[in-house]
Amino acid sequence: MQRGVLIRLTIFLVLTFAALLYLTPTFVSALPSWWGEYFPTDRIHLGLDLQGGSHLVLEVKVDKAVENTLERIKGELNTLLKEKGVVPSAVERVQGSRIELKVPSASGDNVRSLLRSEFPNLVVVSTRSGQGTMDFVLGFQEKELRSLKDTAVDQSLETIRNRIDQFGVSEPIIQRQGDQNILVQLPGIQDPERAKEIIGKTALLEFKLLDETHNVEEALRNGPPPGTQILYGYASKGDGGVGKEQVPYLVEARTLMTGEYISDARVRPSSRLEGPYVELILSSSGARLFERITAENVKRRLAIILDNRVYSAPVIQERIGGGRASITGSFEIREARDLSIVLRAGALPAPVEIVEERTVGPSLGRDSITQGVTSFIVGGSLVILFMAAYYKGAGLLADAALLFNILFLLAVLAGFKAVLTLPGIAGIVLTMGMAVDANVLINERIREELRAGRPPRSAVEAGYERALPAILDSNITTFLSGVILFQFGTGPVKGFAVTLCVGILTTIITAVYLTRVYYDYRMAARKLTRISV
Amino acid sequence: MEIIKPGTKIPFTRYRYIAIFLSTAVNVAVIVLLLVKGPILGVDFAGGTVLQLKFQQKVTIPELRAALSGLGMENNVVQDFGQEGSNEFLIRLDKTSVQLSDLGERVRKGLGQKFGADKFEIRRNESVGPKVGEDLRRQGIWSVVAATVMMGVYIWVRFGASFGSRFGLHFGLGAVIALIHDVLVTIGALMLAHYEFDLTIVAALLTIVGFSVNDTVIVCDRIRENMRKIRRESLESIINLSINETLSRTIITTGTAILVLLGLFVLGGGVIRPFAFALLIGFFSGVYSTIFIASPVILLWEKGKKS
Repeated sequence: MQRGVLIRLTIFLVLTFAALLYLTPTFVSALPSWWGEYFPTDRIHLGLDLQGGSHLVLEVKVDKAVENTLERIKGELNTLLKEKGVVPSAVERVQGSRIELKVPSASGDNVRSLLRSEFPNLVVVSTRSGQGTMDFVLGFQEKELRSLKDTAVDQSLETIRNRIDQFGVSEPIIQRQGDQNILVQLPGIQDPERAKEIIGKTALLEFKLLDETHNVEEALRNGPPPGTQILYGYASKGDGGVGKEQVPYLVEARTLMTGEYISDARVRPSSRLEGPYVELILSSSGARLFERITAENVKRRLAIILDNRVYSAPVIQERIGGGRASITGSFEIREARDLSIVLRAGALPAPVEIVEERTVGPSLGRDSITQGVTSFIVGGSLVILFMAAYYKGAGLLADAALLFNILFLLAVLAGFKAVLTLPGIAGIVLTMGMAVDANVLINERIREELRAGRPPRSAVEAGYERALPAILDSNITTFLSGVILFQFGTGPVKGFAVTLCVGILTTIITAVYLTRVYYDYRMAARKLTRISV
Repeated sequence: MEIIKPGTKIPFTRYRYIAIFLSTAVNVAVIVLLLVKGPILGVDFAGGTVLQLKFQQKVTIPELRAALSGLGMENNVVQDFGQEGSNEFLIRLDKTSVQLSDLGERVRKGLGQKFGADKFEIRRNESVGPKVGEDLRRQGIWSVVAATVMMGVYIWVRFGASFGSRFGLHFGLGAVIALIHDVLVTIGALMLAHYEFDLTIVAALLTIVGFSVNDTVIVCDRIRENMRKIRRESLESIINLSINETLSRTIITTGTAILVLLGLFVLGGGVIRPFAFALLIGFFSGVYSTIFIASPVILLWEKGKKS
């Protein structure tokens, strides 16, 4: 036998063996323990649409992060100016991302140098001198603004990752998408609503004093007095939020402390007196701050506010040392646990909004697999029967190539950790219908050459040789549109692009080269005197 | 077995004027339909929410609609989904009805009170914000346009290299016109059948573009080969000969693809059905356009050049 044929046969045997190895973990559920030491253990990954789960795209409201930063700078500016003895007549945030600062004209130069030394990331957009005052409009440099937004998205991503880790989801995908979006995929999740709640919560914890010198009802009617604001809490918690009664609170606008000082948050079980609550353990600097706040405000009420909602407003009985605080609020145990997760993971630097959600329940996923596999078997059988009937021997050869094609395709999916989705299964089914095109081209050519009077051997050679350019052309074009689809598509559709493109590669290997090896083998054995096509 | 007997000589190019008239009419009709009525956009492109619900007991569409309206979701469309009597429904909610994030929860609670909390299951929830929808729509259109142009360029370069760039350009243009035809016919059929346009439809259109150009490539390949072999015949008869010689391949290849697509259409389930439908139409159209559009366009161009 010719050496060339022998080598190619060997290559195919090796490839087949490797493909079987890669597919074993997918189809054999109980692998022996030694398997993992020598052989691949990755199964074919199922997409969210087949195994169930949630696909979320969150938009980080980066403008809000910029505003928050400006608010903070505004506060610092106020304090610093007062320290220097400058009394600003106004420090306002204007047009979203600008600060307007009005100071007496006399201290204009003073302020300018202060800005330069203490706030290097701010630029003076414009100045205007009026009657005895000097107006500064301050803003961020374009670069600064961009990096601020960028950081907000990165921090949000980290925080969300922490929350999901603590929530406990196996193999989540959390990544940035574009400028200000975050993609989150949670496979096999049972309670998507709860996950959304945990991921989407800003979790900004604030401690503010209750204003008890004014009347709440009056403030509701006439608007809150300066330096205060009205926030709402819930009187009683019904079953998860329907029909809860809102209670207004008048609180001082000044935030005494935020959640950034929290080092840990734990759920404390319910006792006879009260339900479960969340205990906060503060960092050492937080503990000092909290001790000072409580010492200064004994007998006043301290509102504990999460995302602008008042959870409780207990009376401070005495100075609280030791760095422990608690949030009570007639929680269900599950609610308390979720709250502790978001408090531990920290607040998001900016609110996030869910702009895309695709959730599939596990039962639908199972149904989809069944439907996909059924159409695969039916469609594949039809093609196999047709090819055998139409081309007889050569058809059977094409059928064999088709089976190897599917084997290799699945093995590549398993080996490269590609994700199989429902459209992906459709792509495999479609590959079966299109893969035989190569064999059709070859066989039609061989028939033509035979009709032209060539002997079988040279008909086969000419058939392959002349069909090859057309086969390559037609597969390249389909491959190209598959690549475009991969670029464009999301989730399930991407899965289709993957199986389509991989299918084309395996088609060229099996439908062209594998069948050719068979003919070469017969030619080498000098048995190719008659061919069935 | 043979479907097309060897030596078949159907004078396809003779029908070119009828074909061009017919196809132009159909394409113009589709464009008018697109502009006047517009396609039904799925949530992927229009934004909004689709819920797939499965009930254990018998529930009628009016009951479900009424229940949803009671939840403040008056803009709802409820359709049967899945097999007859499976009590499975597809609910489409307008993007403006409620905020995306807590919509699923509200439906679960509201319907739970009416039908019983454990009597139904939300099997699927797809919500797309209006901005995302707009982005996807733009990207979708661009990807189909880019793929079509890319096929034209590929053919131009591929055949231009060995055949002179003028001829390559004509082949490429013929192919692009045939592809535009296929995409338009598919879009028209989807609109007539009241299928929604979503991401899987874009996937189908791209596949049609990639697959349908195959036939054109194969025929062009044969035209090129025959032009080298046969010098005395006119271009028209060479084109005819080439179409006839490749006809059985064209029919069988498309036939096997259609076999599997029928399988997908019947058995693949509700998500795959519109996708399979689009591919079926597109593949049929691909065969027609290769024979009656791409080749005549090449012929017309060459004749135009000579006169």
